[in-house]
Amino acid sequence: MKDVELKMLERAKALLQSGEVARVIGWKKGEFCYDPAPASFESVEEMENGFVYNWFCGANLSKYLIQMAKKEGKTAVFLKPCDTYSFNQLVKEHRINRENVYVIAVECLAKLDVEKMKAKGVSFITDVEVVDKDVKVTTAYGVETLYKPDVVLSKCAVCTKTHQVKDEEIILHERPEREVNRFEEVEKLEAMTEDERFAFWREQLSKCIRCNACRNVCPACSCVKCVFDNPASGIAAKANDDKFEEQLFHIIRAFHVSGRCTDCGECSRVCPQNIPLHLLNRKFIKDIDTLYGEYQAGEESEGKTPLTTYTEGDTEPNDVFNGEAK
Amino acid sequence: MQRIGVFICWCGSNIAATVDVKKVAETIKSEPGVVYSENYQYMCSENGQQLIKQAIKEHNLTGIVIGACSPRMHEATFRKAAEEAGLNPYMVEIANIREHCSWIHKDMDEATEKAVILVRTAIAKVKLNAPLQAGESPVIKRALVIGGGIAGIQAALDIADAGFEVDIVEKNATIGGRMAQLDKTFPTLDCSACILTPKMVDCAQHEKIDILSYSEVEDVKGFVGNFSVKIRRKARFVDETKCTGCKICMEKCPSKKGLNTFNMGLNNRPAIYIPFAQAIPNVAVIDPEQCIKLKTGKCGICQKFCGVGAIDYEQKDTFVERQYGAIVVATGFKPIELDAFNEYGYNDNKDVITSLELERLMNAAGPSNGVLLRPSDNEHPKVITFIQCVGSRDTSGCGKPYCSKICCMYTAKHAMLIREKYPDTQVNVFYIDVRTPGKNYDEFYRRAVEQYGVNYIKGMVGKVYNENGKLMVQGSNLIDNEQITIESDLVVLAAAIEPEPSVRKVATLLTASIDTNNFLTESHAKLRPVESPTAGVYLAGVCQGPKDIPETVSQASACAAKVIGLLVKDKLKTNPCVAMPDENMCNGCSQCANVCAYGAITYVDKEFRIGGGKTEIRRVANVNPAVCQGCGACTVTCPSGAMDLKGFSSKQIMSEVEAICKK
Repeated sequence: MKDVELKMLERAKALLQSGEVARVIGWKKGEFCYDPAPASFESVEEMENGFVYNWFCGANLSKYLIQMAKKEGKTAVFLKPCDTYSFNQLVKEHRINRENVYVIAVECLAKLDVEKMKAKGVSFITDVEVVDKDVKVTTAYGVETLYKPDVVLSKCAVCTKTHQVKDEEIILHERPEREVNRFEEVEKLEAMTEDERFAFWREQLSKCIRCNACRNVCPACSCVKCVFDNPASGIAAKANDDKFEEQLFHIIRAFHVSGRCTDCGECSRVCPQNIPLHLLNRKFIKDIDTLYGEYQAGEESEGKTPLTTYTEGDTEPNDVFNGEAK
Repeated sequence: MQRIGVFICWCGSNIAATVDVKKVAETIKSEPGVVYSENYQYMCSENGQQLIKQAIKEHNLTGIVIGACSPRMHEATFRKAAEEAGLNPYMVEIANIREHCSWIHKDMDEATEKAVILVRTAIAKVKLNAPLQAGESPVIKRALVIGGGIAGIQAALDIADAGFEVDIVEKNATIGGRMAQLDKTFPTLDCSACILTPKMVDCAQHEKIDILSYSEVEDVKGFVGNFSVKIRRKARFVDETKCTGCKICMEKCPSKKGLNTFNMGLNNRPAIYIPFAQAIPNVAVIDPEQCIKLKTGKCGICQKFCGVGAIDYEQKDTFVERQYGAIVVATGFKPIELDAFNEYGYNDNKDVITSLELERLMNAAGPSNGVLLRPSDNEHPKVITFIQCVGSRDTSGCGKPYCSKICCMYTAKHAMLIREKYPDTQVNVFYIDVRTPGKNYDEFYRRAVEQYGVNYIKGMVGKVYNENGKLMVQGSNLIDNEQITIESDLVVLAAAIEPEPSVRKVATLLTASIDTNNFLTESHAKLRPVESPTAGVYLAGVCQGPKDIPETVSQASACAAKVIGLLVKDKLKTNPCVAMPDENMCNGCSQCANVCAYGAITYVDKEFRIGGGKTEIRRVANVNPAVCQGCGACTVTCPSGAMDLKGFSSKQIMSEVEAICKK
């Protein structure tokens, strides 16, 4: 990953130097190797001092472009495969002006989840090296090796996404092909009885502290004024109705992003309470696939979407209700 | 402080027999905001309206609720009454305590309780009503008729006779449509061409009518009173202004093997042709697929012989853009393809034909000059068997679920004409039911049976097969309860009719709704049968549903009356209950525009203050109030809740729901 980082740095510097772009959206070093944060770099110096791209750069940078692409001059951005779907979706919704953005597609190879690593008993991490499926972790106490599939981000565990947009690419390593079923967890939930499922979600959503991190990170949640922040909408009050805490907040949010959610998995990644929020969205995605035909939001930056397009072949709500949907 | 008046109508015994109207009026008096509550026998009557007007004035009412029938019946009446008393007409709400209550309940206590809730709900809404003003939009005094068949011709003539400009856009080289192909017409048996062609000539000569033949509608923008339509004038490779219709080109053209589509492909025509003798415009057209010059660059014989130099091989499609106040869709029909009906052997036997092909075979201008000869060997058929409902009333999925309506009558006509002209011919008709309602229709059919001895057999045909040159028609006779096989020389299939497939594109361009069978949907099946739900778009002929010539002509004239009614107005009042975005919350994401069935939503870039003395440009939705029909699809799609419907705001609807749920 170091070689990729160097190449990225070199390109970003060149773009800034030539004046082709006014800023670069990337990741900035944190206090530790595992806490890089999204950042905007406006000069070569800033890049040299702060830029990082490592195994912990899971954050999706597309949403920042809503504001950044409005600024003077072009904005360059590094997008991993899954991030490009969010980018496309935002272009489709006219939230990003494509012409103001220079997209550099970067390889991903699955990012690591430091929480999962810590749960394996690894702490005081100072560096990480990945060779195939071995994660060699250097800690204050020495070097430990973890099995990579055990410690990647949930969103990466089922990812088969490929770059949908690029003005150029920095891909130095080939990604191994693989077969995954991203709906496996959803199917487990579907197999539950209604009571079991209710109990599952009650347990999960009761953990919610309404920090709004999921909403704030979600590229589909990009409203100028969120309905939950708008007392006039009457929705904030509904969200506070507490069969169990915050259930309606998450359900309303899932409805609002349905058909637009690209399954980027950021909601679950940022949740401090580890609520598997992506499962709500993924259920919607699965339903859309079954009821209206396979659809992946963010695959195109224009065209029709299943939930806002009527066709005669559409499933009738009654059929869904009666369990007779095609 | 709101001052609400409530008026409960008895509707004679319609409401009062099931709802205790006095109790409702009494109970409602204690509702917060209600300062007046009364009941009366007929609120819609002159006296009832007087009562309302008086109460508005005397009690300074700020809003009123009428507990009566459906708003579809008398909302306009009560709004007008309110306006006359000085109250904004949109401060009136109707609680439907008839259709929604008294008519569907039997128990008086229950119905009374429900009526109270319904009235309370309307009160909750009216409290949030805001006075609205209807806007105005201008009307362009010109109509477009899409399709130049009998429906389009009739509509155009009627509109033009009222003094308005009309353009007919016809995709074929001539107007006339299906009716031009017919031989005789039921029930009077007059010659189709004899009654149609004078009307075609009238169109051509009418100073207010412009015929754009060999043209198609390419794009439609705008709204009622104000459509802008782009029309593609397809290259006919013949200068319309020069061609005199002398037909010398047709004689000289060496490429004569094209299928004559006007004769249903039963004979051939040259590459340059005039569809039929009475074509309007009487101008030739070149089929580029067939023309040797256009395909290989060598030939040019027609150009050499054309005395007026009308041939132009270089001609390209051109486009015209015109403005219209109203659009009539009259795109017509075609018989269905019979590929799914192998059992009748249509594709395998030349002597199994469709009824429309029979029309051409019997027509004096047809391929056999009106002598009925069977296609395979040009012999007179001695036994002719008709099969009805081929693809009509079909629930198997191969055909159409509906009745094509015209087949019973034209089959009786064919049978009768054949028996009249060739009395030695045996004519059999297989049918499911014979449906001949209509003036002089059943008499017509009975004449075929009783006077002309046509052999009607109740039952369907299972199979038609060729045995030693004879067509064996195997079917059931349900009256005698037996299976029969009839040896026939000619089999005629009454193929179902379906809307001309190009109607789908037209409907999409016009945002006119279409049903599962591709028939255009009317605004109300009974009360607004010639209007499309899209304002300013009207429907004539089979594009709206199967119908015969008399019905088509009536509908076309009805359409014309509606169009004239629109075009005589200088300005249109627009419905103020339209969608309206809160631009401060609009994301500009286009979801509302995607779901808008009327194309009412566009986007504009606007500058917004974002604090700190700065501004930013944002893309925000813009609703054209003249196009918006107030359906509300956009309001529920908008993720940020920026879109709202005036007169039916989300807040009003939620307060109604709350009023219903309140114990």
